[in-house]
Amino acid sequence: MLSHLSLPQIKPGDWFTLFAGMAGVAFLAATLWQGGAADKAVIRSGGKIFREASLATNQTIDVPGPLGVTHIAITDRRVRVASDPSPRQYCVRQGWIAQAGEIAICLPNQVSVELRGRQRNYDSLNY
Amino acid sequence: MTASTIKLISTPEDHHLARMAALAFGLSTLEMAFPSPLPGVKPGLANIVTLIVLTRYGWRAAAWVTMLRVMAGGLLFGSFLAPGFFLSVSGALCSLVMLGACSHLPTRWFGTVTQSILAAFAHITGQLCLAYFLLIPHVGLLYLVPIFAAAALLFGTVNGLIAARYLNTEKPFNHRDTETQRKTGEPYAI
Repeated sequence: MLSHLSLPQIKPGDWFTLFAGMAGVAFLAATLWQGGAADKAVIRSGGKIFREASLATNQTIDVPGPLGVTHIAITDRRVRVASDPSPRQYCVRQGWIAQAGEIAICLPNQVSVELRGRQRNYDSLNY
Repeated sequence: MTASTIKLISTPEDHHLARMAALAFGLSTLEMAFPSPLPGVKPGLANIVTLIVLTRYGWRAAAWVTMLRVMAGGLLFGSFLAPGFFLSVSGALCSLVMLGACSHLPTRWFGTVTQSILAAFAHITGQLCLAYFLLIPHVGLLYLVPIFAAAALLFGTVNGLIAARYLNTEKPFNHRDTETQRKTGEPYAI
């Protein structure tokens, strides 16, 4: 029974190829699948760009909308909607976003904050 | 007026190559029955035959068997000269080139499994290059590369193991045996 488990047909170099292949696949997945580090936050109000803020400085941005003021907080290269006058608070409950391509949308107040990296990523919204 | 007869002279080696190509074709037909999670991700069982032929009869025979299988597949499944056919051809050519390069590796250290894995990577590289430059020139294709590479590694390893096991256990084919095999109905060996 044990003879079935041993693999005499595998030569030492084959193991090397196998592990090199695994490392190669892992490298490809890591480089091609990462969302990319985000550089700036694009804040829109009523469909127009309200401000493009760098993630390098911690700050709070007040964005006026039809319902009131939405507070957007940038801390440690992450962004969240700190408070919003929307009734269901979806964008606030979304919490921190940090990857390029992520977006938090406060629909009732017509405010959105989107993270951008060096290169623009495709997503299902603008594909 | 007598009808002219075209007679192709074929050697026992030709028959042997044709039988191996038919076997490879049978395996690629078989795997069409398996559901695939993504178009293009499939086990590539026919490559087991290619690997065995490569080890036993050399690169030329392996190239013949592979290209015959691709041509026959294209003609029989109706994909001849369609995009899928060119994807098969580019994958097959790339893996044959890679197998040719592999023959320079020291056989003491590297075996059939290495050949299989490298050829699977070459295959997917050829296919993706063709797909990117001719069929779908869109960066979105890059997102699929890790999936294809992982599948190539997995199936390359499995096919290589099967081929290596076959090469270790089965006796090589002998041309003199063909007639005896045909008469006795003995199963065909590669």
